[in-house]
Amino acid sequence: MIGIDWFLALSALLFCIGVIGVLIRKNAIVIFMCVELMLNAVNLSLISFSSHYGNVDGQILVFFSLAIAAAEAVVGLAIIIAIFRNNLSVDISKINLLRW
Amino acid sequence: MDSATTLTTLIILFPLLGFLINGLLGLYSDSFRNKKGLIGAISNLAVFIPFAIAVYFFVNMGQGSEPIFAELFTWIEVGSFSVDIAYQLDQLSVMMALVVTGVGFLIHLYSIGYMWHDEGYWKFFAYLNLFIFAMLNLVLADNMLLLFLGWEGVGLCSYLLIGFWYTDMANSAAGSKAFWYNRVGDFAFLIAMFLTFQHVGSLDFDVVLANLESIPADDTFWIGLLMLIGATGKSAQIPLFVWLPDAMAGPTSVSALIHAATMVTSGIYLISRMSEMFVMSPEIMMIIAVVGALTAIVAATIAITQNDIKRVLAYSTVSQLGYMFLALGSGAFTAAMFHVVTHAFFKACLFLGSGSVIHAMEHVEHGLHDEGKDVHFDPQDMRFMGGLKEYMPSTYKTFLIATIAISGIPPLAGFFSKDEILAFTFNAGFGEFAGTLYLLLWGVGIVTAFLTAFYMFRLTFGTFNGSFKLPEKISEAAGAEKYLHESPKTMTIPLWTLGGLSVFGGFLGVPNFLLATFTHQEEHINLLHNWLYNVTADYGLTLSHSAEWILMFISIGIAVAGVFIAYRMYGSGDTEESDAKLANRFGTLYQTWKEKYSIDEFYEGVVVDPVVRMSEKGLAKFDMKIVDGIVNTVGGVVRLFGSVFRYIQTGVTSSYALALVLGVIIVLSMLIL
Repeated sequence: MIGIDWFLALSALLFCIGVIGVLIRKNAIVIFMCVELMLNAVNLSLISFSSHYGNVDGQILVFFSLAIAAAEAVVGLAIIIAIFRNNLSVDISKINLLRW
Repeated sequence: MDSATTLTTLIILFPLLGFLINGLLGLYSDSFRNKKGLIGAISNLAVFIPFAIAVYFFVNMGQGSEPIFAELFTWIEVGSFSVDIAYQLDQLSVMMALVVTGVGFLIHLYSIGYMWHDEGYWKFFAYLNLFIFAMLNLVLADNMLLLFLGWEGVGLCSYLLIGFWYTDMANSAAGSKAFWYNRVGDFAFLIAMFLTFQHVGSLDFDVVLANLESIPADDTFWIGLLMLIGATGKSAQIPLFVWLPDAMAGPTSVSALIHAATMVTSGIYLISRMSEMFVMSPEIMMIIAVVGALTAIVAATIAITQNDIKRVLAYSTVSQLGYMFLALGSGAFTAAMFHVVTHAFFKACLFLGSGSVIHAMEHVEHGLHDEGKDVHFDPQDMRFMGGLKEYMPSTYKTFLIATIAISGIPPLAGFFSKDEILAFTFNAGFGEFAGTLYLLLWGVGIVTAFLTAFYMFRLTFGTFNGSFKLPEKISEAAGAEKYLHESPKTMTIPLWTLGGLSVFGGFLGVPNFLLATFTHQEEHINLLHNWLYNVTADYGLTLSHSAEWILMFISIGIAVAGVFIAYRMYGSGDTEESDAKLANRFGTLYQTWKEKYSIDEFYEGVVVDPVVRMSEKGLAKFDMKIVDGIVNTVGGVVRLFGSVFRYIQTGVTSSYALALVLGVIIVLSMLIL
């Protein structure tokens, strides 16, 4: 039996990779994937705790967060596509039209 | 819903429906606009059906029966203030509804022929229906606010219709003028409404009239005065009458509708409706009578000098409305309503007749243009007419009938109603209030009666007698009479119907004394009086029968004298020659009349110019410096802050994300440590 520490460590590692990806990458789609990574890192820790304590609340929360992530992906991708149509680029460093 | 409510709803809804169908379909469908027969039919039906229902109510409503209330729904409810869309059918409102829809229907029928070639045919009929809808709301309303809705509605429609040919600047200006003058009156009426609500706590007519004692005597006077000002706006009395002659800019059938059947009668209707309140204040009654008499004679003297046939009729309307106000001020509300009805008949006939003449004259102009002759003349100017009776027999005969009726020659309609008004005014001279002043007003009324007969026959003779003047005036127009023709059937049928009503309408109100003198019994043969006795607060006649006979012969004599002198001067149709003689005889007085007492110029100088100047010099500066200054200062402060803080917004997503992460780390570390 693998202890919960391992799972939490993996979760933290995934989360950090996600954060760093969001911070340093310029491709909006990659950023988007990194956000998903962060979400799933959290999901992983939720499931770990759930199984550790023998309580299903954590698993139910994961379903919610999955549903919300799906909805968010739909909206977010639609926005990215719309931006791409106008700019022919998804480089977020160039998307600052509304500044000032 | 009981049947009365259903029928009332239908009366109101049909004109609205006609307006919506013609208006919306005409707006969106080009092919519909060309179906002129269909448009005319819809519009006519939308007025005819309410007329039929009004007849049904009239037949089923007994004399002295209680009013029927038809409550549709609550319109406004705020605290103790509640107004329903509710209608009241009593003898007075049913009679008004009959006149509005009956005469209105004939005018609609006439308009089919008159407006046939007009581009805005569909729009015209939509407006006409809307006008009838508003007017029915006005006369049937059971509370002041709903009445006011109709009151504003007819104001709006008059604006739309007077300025119907809006591509001509002068016509638009006339529409606006009517609108503004009416606004002045409406403002006064609104305040009257507020005051009434303040004291009574309701705007329903029956509640207000039942609680008159809760209004202090002072405020009764003020409410009466303010309502009177409102009425002078709508009914074109001094001081607000100047819009009506200009309203001639609209199509003739509109003039007929506004002048005869609808809008201008609403002031008289309002005062009759509130008569129980008005009689509580003798001062107000006196003011009404004075306003009426003054308006009657001022307008009549102007009418003598006018050459535009529609303008003569317009001033004549103002003058006749003055008679009605004189009757109201003498406490003869029934007589006033009687004159409303008979006047609707003969004035509608006269207007439609003049429209028929104008139609023919325009046809002459077009005919000459087709021949290649570039002849321009005003088709409404009677100096170009004359001798039309051979070419337009139906128009001539009906016009003559209506002229005789308005002049007060027995036994046509105008005689009875005008005689009743004069008798009541004379009678009021011996009543409990005011006294001798009313005898003076009676004198004014008699002079006006003479003038009425005179200018109306001047108009008829000038238009129809003698020879056709156009070829004499403009040599190029030689032989133009071959283009003169009688109007189509849809125009002559209403003319004959109205002509017939002008002949027989007077028998509605045959004075009681005519029979009483011979039978020595007090018989009530005055149908209209029997009909209206429980809805208006009439003063009774106290004159002896012999006095009434004498008064009647005086008014006959004066009318005949007017006709005779007009015949001597204008019978040959030589208008200009006789006008010149008249101008010589009266000198500056005639000049004053010709210049319409310079009332328009007076308003222009005393009201319009100062307001414009004050706006330009004072208010515009205030607006630019003070108001704009405050607004711009607020905006400037916001800009100042923005100019500092906007640099934080880089627009680069990753820097926002970095700030977010840093924030989270800081908060977390603060929590942990």
